[in-house]
Amino acid sequence: MTAIRTQPSEMPGQTTESSSKRRRMLRIALTAGLPIAVLLLSFTVGRYSVSLSQMVEIIRSGLPGGQPDPGLDSVSTILFHVRIPRIAAALLVGGALAAAGASYQGLFRNPMVSPDILGASAGAGFGAALSMLLSLGPAGIQAVSFLLGIGAVALTYTIGSLVSRRGGAVLSLVLTGIVISTVFSSFTSIIKLAADPDNKLPAITFWLMGGLSLVGLDDLKILAPLVLIGLIPLLLLRWKLNVLSFGEEEAQSLGVNTGRIRIVTIICSTLLTAASVSVSGMIGWVGLIIPHLSRMVVGPNYKVLLPVSALYGACYLLLVDDIARSALTMEIPLGILTSLIGAPFFVVLLLTGKRGWD
Amino acid sequence: MLEVENLSCGYGSQPIVKEVSFSVQSGEIMCLLGPNGAGKTTLFKTLLAFLKPLGGTVKIKGQSTEGWSRQMLARAVGYVPQAHGAPFPFSVFDVVTMGRTAHLGLFASPSSKDRSIADEALQRLQITYLRDRTYTELSGGERQMVLIARALAQQPDILIMDEPTSNLDFGNQIRMLEQIRLLSNRGMTVVMTSHFPDHAFLCSDKVALLRRGLPFLAGSVQEVVTSDNLKSAYGIDVEIAELTAATGENVKTCVPLMRTEGQLLEGLS
Repeated sequence: MTAIRTQPSEMPGQTTESSSKRRRMLRIALTAGLPIAVLLLSFTVGRYSVSLSQMVEIIRSGLPGGQPDPGLDSVSTILFHVRIPRIAAALLVGGALAAAGASYQGLFRNPMVSPDILGASAGAGFGAALSMLLSLGPAGIQAVSFLLGIGAVALTYTIGSLVSRRGGAVLSLVLTGIVISTVFSSFTSIIKLAADPDNKLPAITFWLMGGLSLVGLDDLKILAPLVLIGLIPLLLLRWKLNVLSFGEEEAQSLGVNTGRIRIVTIICSTLLTAASVSVSGMIGWVGLIIPHLSRMVVGPNYKVLLPVSALYGACYLLLVDDIARSALTMEIPLGILTSLIGAPFFVVLLLTGKRGWD
Repeated sequence: MLEVENLSCGYGSQPIVKEVSFSVQSGEIMCLLGPNGAGKTTLFKTLLAFLKPLGGTVKIKGQSTEGWSRQMLARAVGYVPQAHGAPFPFSVFDVVTMGRTAHLGLFASPSSKDRSIADEALQRLQITYLRDRTYTELSGGERQMVLIARALAQQPDILIMDEPTSNLDFGNQIRMLEQIRLLSNRGMTVVMTSHFPDHAFLCSDKVALLRRGLPFLAGSVQEVVTSDNLKSAYGIDVEIAELTAATGENVKTCVPLMRTEGQLLEGLS
């Protein structure tokens, strides 16, 4: 009995085996070493540079039995009240956006999907603009933008479900998402038109460009739990995302309750995206390119891909935020940088390397 | 094993297929024949519960499948779709391991036991050499074999195969049928569709024939694959030829007859 084969099989030779081993070592080094290096770098760079030795000194003085050095007081204040919250926010937002993007790409079976596909960013952006117009203050801006981000996706889901009664649930959702995003972007434009051009309009514009310069410890207390609530179910369900990427019917025939997994994935990804955008403003491209990059490094299996995407996303945004706060004397809006770096980076990914999709 | 009683199926409320009844015993192969648009796919989708039946019942091992969860159904029925692409370049081993999903808890990933079952499925089809290849880079025939391996890893009682020989060359079609025969010899119940009535002669125990606007036929190959039935289903003249092969085996084959130019013109007017 001969099996069906149209091409001769390749026997793995000695050379390919050792090179694949080397590649695997490189992957492990990249996955483990990168975050540590980026993290150490991030503590030191910024308007006020902190040397690694100063940092070690501060950490040592904080440990039991350590002697606080009065000369390092101001450095310590900067580190704990400004720099560390900002670093934590960059890690959380980057990880959240990349994880949401990776999940959506599996759910919508399309590697070109980003976390704002269902209107989360457009809704959150409108929420922020509206609350700034109404002078609601930082907490109010965050709350309204978060709620409207979720509201926009809920609207997309409701209308999309009505549309998909004739079949094609996934495509209906994507198309409805485009409609809802456009509507909310137009609302944002109306707000800009109505805003006072001397103070409110610049504030809105700057917020929409995205950035982490205003993040403090209080923001983290809200952001961190929301990111965890969104991320944990996705991590638990990540095997099902593999199956879902083969399409609705096939996933059903393999025993997956596709409707339930889809709604959980949408809720969690929306939570991640809306929570991120409400803290950081619009930060594009992270949710699109990081899953691509991760897929090239570790392959498409969500069992590995999803945690690695979150990790790479966290590192990437932290690195870009380091550039944002140290490259020029003035702070560069993070959203502009992620796009400026992300777009050419994406082209390089497309031109070189193994493609992350079929 | 599989009993279908008075099943009507279709989209919305309009039945496309009406009053379908047949049964397939354990280890049998049933070949579903019928022209384009007669409702083969609709019937398949209803058997797999992608569509709700408009009437009638589907029973597996004597139990109606109504109200079964996706997971329960997937443990009983494995589906082999036509070879297709995937949006991401999964390895063959990953694709086959996905067959284990129906046996996993909601939050679980495959264990080492699941992985060894996936390896067994590859071995059973003699495609272990594809294990570490990328699914999306395989040929159509190889993809089809991988999808069968995935369904075997699912360890169902019944395999439902949608045109397993489509997109295969002549030799690979026959090799595919040999594989299906082998599976049924080892106890697997198979329901498959085909566009070639010859495939029914080659490997099936039972045949079902869907005809547009005519009653559903099911029975043994000898009963169903006749010149008259094929003509009523496909609208062409077919003769069944019987010959003795060099091995001494008696084989049957369908020979379609083309109309002459005169008959064609007559048909037009």
